[in-house]
Amino acid sequence: MTLLGIAQIAIFFVLVVAITKPAGVFMYRVFEGERTFLHPVFRPLERLIYWLGGVREEEEQSWVRYSASMISLSIFSFIFVYLLQRLQGHLPLNPMHFSTPQAPSNATAMTPDLAFNTAVSFTTNTNWQSYSPDTTMSYLTQMAALAVQNFVSAAVGIAVAVALIRGFARHTAKTIGNFWVDVTRCTLYVLLPICILATLFFVAQGSIQNFKGPATVTTLEGASQVIEQGPLASQLAIKMLGTNGGGYFNANSAHPYENPTPLANLLQMLLIFVLGAGLTYMFGKMVRDTRQGWAIFAAMSLMFLAGAFICYWAEQRGNPMLTNMGLEHVYTAGQPGGNMEGKEVRFGNPMTALFATVTTDASCGAVIGMHDSFTPIGGLVPLFNIQTDEVIFGGVGAGLYSMLIYAVVAVFIGGLMVGRTPEYVGKKIEQKEVKMAIIAILATSVVILGFTAISSVAPFAKGGYWNSPGPAAANTNNGAAHGFSEMLYAYSSGAGNNGSAFAGINANTPWYNLTIGLDMLVGRFLFIIPALAIAGSLASKKLVPVTSGTLPTNGSLFVVLLIGTVIIVGALTYFPALSLGPIVEHFQMLNGKLF
Amino acid sequence: MSAVTSPAPVESKKQAKHEASVLISKGARSRPLFDPEIVRRAIQESFLKLNPVKVAKNPVMFVVEVGAALTTIFVVKDAMAGAGGVFFGVQIAFWLWFTVIFANFAEAMAEARGKAQADALRKTKVDTVAHKVLPDGKYEMVPASKLRSGDVVYCEAGYVIPGDGEVIEGVASVDESVITGESAPVIRESGGDRSAVTGGTMVLSDHITIRITSNPGETFLDRMIALVEGAVRQKTPNEIALNILIAGLTLVFLLAVATLPTYSKYAIQAVGNGTAPTIAVLVSLLVCLIPTTIGGLLSAIGIAGMDRVMQHNVLAMSGKAVEASGDVNTLLLDKTGTITLGNRQAVEFLTVDGVSESELADAAQLSSLADETPEGRSIVVLAKEKYKLRGREVAARNAQFIPFSAYTRMSGVDLDGRHLRKGATGAIAQFVKESGGTVPQSLQEISDRISRNGGTPLAVADGSRILGVIHLKDIVKGGMKDRLASLRAMGIRSVMITGDNPLTAAAIAQEAGVDDFLAQATPQDKLEYIRKEQAQGRLVAMTGDGTNDAPALAQADVGVAMNTGTMAAKEAGNMVDLDSNPTKLIEIVAIGKQLLITRGSLTTFSIANDVAKYFAIIPAMFAAIYPELNKLNIMGLHSPQSAVLAAVIFNAVIIIALIPLALRGVQYKPVSAGQMLTRNLLIYGLGGIIVPFPGIWLIDKMLVAMHLA
Repeated sequence: MTLLGIAQIAIFFVLVVAITKPAGVFMYRVFEGERTFLHPVFRPLERLIYWLGGVREEEEQSWVRYSASMISLSIFSFIFVYLLQRLQGHLPLNPMHFSTPQAPSNATAMTPDLAFNTAVSFTTNTNWQSYSPDTTMSYLTQMAALAVQNFVSAAVGIAVAVALIRGFARHTAKTIGNFWVDVTRCTLYVLLPICILATLFFVAQGSIQNFKGPATVTTLEGASQVIEQGPLASQLAIKMLGTNGGGYFNANSAHPYENPTPLANLLQMLLIFVLGAGLTYMFGKMVRDTRQGWAIFAAMSLMFLAGAFICYWAEQRGNPMLTNMGLEHVYTAGQPGGNMEGKEVRFGNPMTALFATVTTDASCGAVIGMHDSFTPIGGLVPLFNIQTDEVIFGGVGAGLYSMLIYAVVAVFIGGLMVGRTPEYVGKKIEQKEVKMAIIAILATSVVILGFTAISSVAPFAKGGYWNSPGPAAANTNNGAAHGFSEMLYAYSSGAGNNGSAFAGINANTPWYNLTIGLDMLVGRFLFIIPALAIAGSLASKKLVPVTSGTLPTNGSLFVVLLIGTVIIVGALTYFPALSLGPIVEHFQMLNGKLF
Repeated sequence: MSAVTSPAPVESKKQAKHEASVLISKGARSRPLFDPEIVRRAIQESFLKLNPVKVAKNPVMFVVEVGAALTTIFVVKDAMAGAGGVFFGVQIAFWLWFTVIFANFAEAMAEARGKAQADALRKTKVDTVAHKVLPDGKYEMVPASKLRSGDVVYCEAGYVIPGDGEVIEGVASVDESVITGESAPVIRESGGDRSAVTGGTMVLSDHITIRITSNPGETFLDRMIALVEGAVRQKTPNEIALNILIAGLTLVFLLAVATLPTYSKYAIQAVGNGTAPTIAVLVSLLVCLIPTTIGGLLSAIGIAGMDRVMQHNVLAMSGKAVEASGDVNTLLLDKTGTITLGNRQAVEFLTVDGVSESELADAAQLSSLADETPEGRSIVVLAKEKYKLRGREVAARNAQFIPFSAYTRMSGVDLDGRHLRKGATGAIAQFVKESGGTVPQSLQEISDRISRNGGTPLAVADGSRILGVIHLKDIVKGGMKDRLASLRAMGIRSVMITGDNPLTAAAIAQEAGVDDFLAQATPQDKLEYIRKEQAQGRLVAMTGDGTNDAPALAQADVGVAMNTGTMAAKEAGNMVDLDSNPTKLIEIVAIGKQLLITRGSLTTFSIANDVAKYFAIIPAMFAAIYPELNKLNIMGLHSPQSAVLAAVIFNAVIIIALIPLALRGVQYKPVSAGQMLTRNLLIYGLGGIIVPFPGIWLIDKMLVAMHLA
């Protein structure tokens, strides 16, 4: 690792710490219904939306109604996105004529299974893309379906987190807020304003925003190159802020238009973390003890820094086989050194490792390098981040509610160890909470391990409908342990609603589109519904006063306990699978075997 | 004199009796942890408990049993087919079965202790013949088992009381050692708070008429037997929640292991060589990963917790009550008998102007020589200790003692023409005036000062002269301040309940170090206080004995009724203290906490153990496919077989090793939650990660030495 590389990671972290409180305070005001400086602009619009939707702002919902509202919005979103994709050939703003007979030869067909997978993907804030967007989606689909979902699914995630926090904060209450109000406020006051500013910034840095078709240019070498264009900058900001990660281009944020400068790169990473970090502060403020929020923040930060440095260390250390071959790949003034396969030279090892950690910590899924080309340990970090349910700042809202669910488990065991019925921020953790937390944690591991198991051995016939390349395992670019990592990563990414691709797997077949689609649905809704059930159960309980007999959850001890729980539960669940993937690859690499 | 006498003699005697009863009951109720009789019984039970229907109640152990059965079937199949590795399979199967048996043994050990006690109780439950009183006043001899609630029976010296009831006529001394383990008799009389009698106890003197209040099979003794035997044991809320957690973890691991055959099949295809893990190895991994330690010990911990309460001579009506006592935030403690000794004692002599302290002490002692109340005796003792005044032979000196009367509110002695009196300040002032003396201004000042500090002033006069005032004080029990401080460290507020005026109450409260007090408390006030605390989310514990305590006992989350108390109080509370020692509430809280801590610590330990087991089994499991994974064999275990076997054996043996801990409970010290968590996380969390490494390594070495693998 180089001093410069370490400094880049450190500077990023300092900026995250700096924006946490302002972001948290602002969101606190928004969700508590207090007046903000944006009210003169957005309040009339907010009222209009309620009037149009027939929403009574003051009317609160029980956790069941809150969940029902959330599900109904998600179903509507799914149908809308599905139909828009399927009908894009008949709709305007399709300069490339995708899904029509005039489509370019390299275009991807919009099959029902692909449309299903993509609709699920964007509704669930996953943004898994088993297609190449620049050769598949019309501008209309990108803007009206995908970009809209980037806002909506992010707002849903934050709303759920807010509802769960209310469960902790309220004393013998029947309701946990109004879903429609939370989603509307989140979109209007939080997501939109930040995106507008960020979009302008990205355009200033060199991102494009137009409706033009692809440009054909002659390169310096005299070759001819087709450069795709379109309404990119407006989608870029929300792709990051909403931790969606679905790229406008296939190269995602490694594309110069989608990540024009190092400054833009820094802002992208900050956008990924800002809301997740801010929500921890908001949590503390809503439960009337900001130290509770900082404790969660500290647990997340420690895991983030550990992951970032391990990944950076592994990448910068590079491949020992190159060293054995006598190749120079250490850092010198003339070259960055380390494992540069699959990395943008503009960003180098530290930024790529940092970005990979950030994007998988936070269930974003945007990438600036190929995770598939990372060293085994470098690739293990993103994979493990996803498998531990992305609790490190996490997907907007999702990170916090997932972390709070881990906190429930941690507090339950820790609380017993101090001789009391476990309590967390004044709420007793009992049967129902434990049951729901277990369902949430179990559901994701069921689909990740289960689908990986089936795909490892599913014997499809070559050229068949379900999986034309043959057996499901044949879709991986590399065999053996690395191929296994690729499948494991795909299902982990789906269930974790991350959406980043390890790549190296052809996932656009009916089998993968369907199973990863189900994977995403389970990972999203079997996590959210238990979380809301916990919110409802907690809200109805009394707030227990804090005494010296109460397990302190706002100090370093709890941070250790929480990190231990996340890592041990994650490690225990996935260690056997990981040992057949990245871990054995690592040892094989040391023995001189590569994929 | 008795102007200030409370029912003190009884209290002090109770104190002495308590000490005795603890000794007796310790002898009678608690046995050594591994009493041979109990162990024999438990071993027998642990095999009977292999019945799958019984094991199914415990999801973790059920999975182990199914795994053991599956392994056995495959081993038998392999043996018949003449396949290799049978010896390894047999050993694995053997240890898997013993994992279940060890868990059964833990539970059986805990139950056996209760059953032994229940048997002892049952022996005392001989079917007695009752003298039923008929409406015409005649007696009819009926078996006790035929008595119904509402019947009236007659008992005299030597009779066993046939059922629970209330004395409606007469007074008698009763031997209640069957219930309390205490041999000293207690007084039972009609009316008031000492009217309840328990079936199975014996009348020692006099005769009483009793109205039976329970139906056959529902008596206190019946309930007690059922409770210690664990027949009515229901899982407590925390236990259920913990069960859900470990069942959930079991599912996670089941999933992690069940998917491995497909992963290895893929790997074998990809690598082109190797063999898939066998059923025995897969089951081994599963059993090692699921939380068998806590799963095997969980019910033993719960039963042992109830048993520990019982050893303190407290009968908890449910495990829930014991668990709730660990959660208590507020303790309501009665002042008299709990915080203070039952009686007041003289602590100093305060003179008025012109009188020497020794003169006052001398007069006070003389006036108290015939006073047998604890207060009177304490005055004699104080004079002796402080002024070296020996008790004198006064009978020879023509002394005439004046006993206390409610009318004069003073007592004393007439001796050699002197008229020594002590009593309430007002009464003595009156006496002095009548004798032609004057009352100095300072008398009232001194008296007021004593009152303000929570004491009771007792004025002393010699004829027409006021000599001074004796300061009688409520004596806070030794060590009470420390105990209350340790409660505070545990986050529990103590509240003193007293009938005293607020001034006196405040002074004692401060001296004893309670956090709050409720002065001039009526039963209604108590109830209100409890409701108020509960509305703020706090759990309240209290003790009580009178019928008027019943509503508060019922409202409290933990209500401990004194066995000497009324039936109504016993019905209302969720625990009965057979020693009738109100201070015991503090111990009960500690037991409740210890119960939860034991569960949490062993859960943590159980989960932390998995780390080492992964390092033992994973490389062994996939060694045939990916030899590179042997790098994970950081313990340097001999062979794949020995590694798997060592992990399985460690997993089984640790259950046996932890039985004493489960039965005794982990060590508990009253410290803050933060300190306690740090300690337990280090011991059971970090310890749980570290311990299995040398453990498995050692077993591996032994297996190799014994040529078992």
